[in-house]
Amino acid sequence: MAEVTLLTTRGLCRDFDGLRAVDDVDFTLETGEIHAIIGPNGAGKSTFVSLLSGRLRPTAGRVIFDGRDVTRLPAHARVRLGIAYTFQITNIYTSMSVAENIALAAQSRLSPGLFGRGGVGPRITEATQAAARAVGLTERLNARAGDLAYGHQRLLEIAMGLALSPRLLILDEPTQGLSDAEIAGVTEVVRQLASRATILLIEHNMDVVMALARRITVLDRGAILAQGTPEEIVADPAVQAAYLGDGA
Amino acid sequence: MRSANPRLLLLCAAVVAALFALQFVLSEYLVLTATRILILAIFAMGYNMLMGYTGMLSLGHAMFFAAGVYAAGLSSYYWGLSLPLAFVLGVGASFAVSLVTGLLVLRTQAVAFMIVTLMFAQVTYLTTLQFSDITGGDQGLTLPTGARGFTLMGIAVDLTRDSHRYNLALALFTATLAGLFALTQGRRGRLFAAVRENAGRTEMLGFNTFRIRLVAFVVSGTLSGMSGALYALMFGYIGSAFAGFELSIEALLFTLVGGPGTLLGPLLGTGVMTLLIDRLSGVTSAYLIVVGALLIAVNQWAPAGLLGTLRDRRLPWLK
Repeated sequence: MAEVTLLTTRGLCRDFDGLRAVDDVDFTLETGEIHAIIGPNGAGKSTFVSLLSGRLRPTAGRVIFDGRDVTRLPAHARVRLGIAYTFQITNIYTSMSVAENIALAAQSRLSPGLFGRGGVGPRITEATQAAARAVGLTERLNARAGDLAYGHQRLLEIAMGLALSPRLLILDEPTQGLSDAEIAGVTEVVRQLASRATILLIEHNMDVVMALARRITVLDRGAILAQGTPEEIVADPAVQAAYLGDGA
Repeated sequence: MRSANPRLLLLCAAVVAALFALQFVLSEYLVLTATRILILAIFAMGYNMLMGYTGMLSLGHAMFFAAGVYAAGLSSYYWGLSLPLAFVLGVGASFAVSLVTGLLVLRTQAVAFMIVTLMFAQVTYLTTLQFSDITGGDQGLTLPTGARGFTLMGIAVDLTRDSHRYNLALALFTATLAGLFALTQGRRGRLFAAVRENAGRTEMLGFNTFRIRLVAFVVSGTLSGMSGALYALMFGYIGSAFAGFELSIEALLFTLVGGPGTLLGPLLGTGVMTLLIDRLSGVTSAYLIVVGALLIAVNQWAPAGLLGTLRDRRLPWLK
């Protein structure tokens, strides 16, 4: 696959009451890659991807997606363009069934308006089942989402992102709070997804990052500290210093 | 086309059929009460669209009811507009009022939303008092007897006759029920429920939640106004009490008792509460104490309302 830029940011900044959480970030994401963002707690990872998804507005700078300036677009309009975001803290419709949760996402793509065209019901059902199959939730489609085990809720969250058929899927700590066996499952699911969408992964678990990422960006105190392949990042002295202390 | 919720559709059809049959069994007085219940049920159903299905608690729905009352009543009183035209004007006015109000108040949520809707409604109420030389204020205006009947498409309707009033109210109730069925069940209904349960998530699924809320708000306000226009023209009286705070509370009360977020809950709630208040107020002047005690009981044992509790325990399709 040719290297085509999917998303770039130019001088992206975000302040919270004088605290600069994201500081002048120039970032580039290529189409088709799995790109991980890592960094110590409070490095600004979640804030940064919130600026990409539109959940937060930047203080300064621009976000360009597929050649189009989306800086001023609200979150829901960015989702329509193909930027999907899955939440760090599980965020699902707990009183609805698993199928309804995924169907809402599929509906957003296939029949977006309140008074949209009819006759898409079967396609929504089809897309719902496909997304459930991709994460292994087929058996639980009729369960109430709030009754699912935590690991399955995380998978549902990913299935909802998937049912949007996004071009860019932002996964915010998908393995947080999962057991080792579940982490292996999620890792495999993400690997499968990469053939369909570009993936931006925020992750604390370095094993997962090393297994999946083609490129890694390290954030520290809101700024990009290093960028490169997993091997380059591991060998980078500045990264080691940020993570382990410089030992001096 | 396959229905989104066939069992509920069947139940709705049965309820409408039963309501139609009711006029042949009930006494004249009870037919009048039933007429009032049907019209107020439209009000409560409109309220339920916003509060029950979309999860926004308004304390100001009397303003939409009043918009219908005054637009229909005043145009009939001063301009001698025919009743169907006055009715359409009432519906149109409440549509306009709810659209403009919605664009303003939907910037707020939760408690702020309650307070802002209350404020708008109080302004409406005070306005009807301020211009009492036009509106009749507290005393109100009685519509002239000439404006108590009309002929539409060859059908002569006489609004001084109980059976005519009842069937007209039933026709509009049925139309409202059908419209709300289409809006709240299946794929569309899922969107309102999604906004109610988790607006942030819904936004991140690509839905314009403001627009969904606005649609719910305008549908809600317009139905409330339609109920008001109908009430004013049907009983030939308009007055400031129709814009009062008590009426906003009644919409909330009827919905809460019947079951927020259930299609037939508002009808049940309106029926139960109206009959109860009618009966009790004949027995004791302290009837509100009994009503209050009953509300506490409902809140304690059926917090989702009568039909809502039935839905949660037994019949999940009853929504």
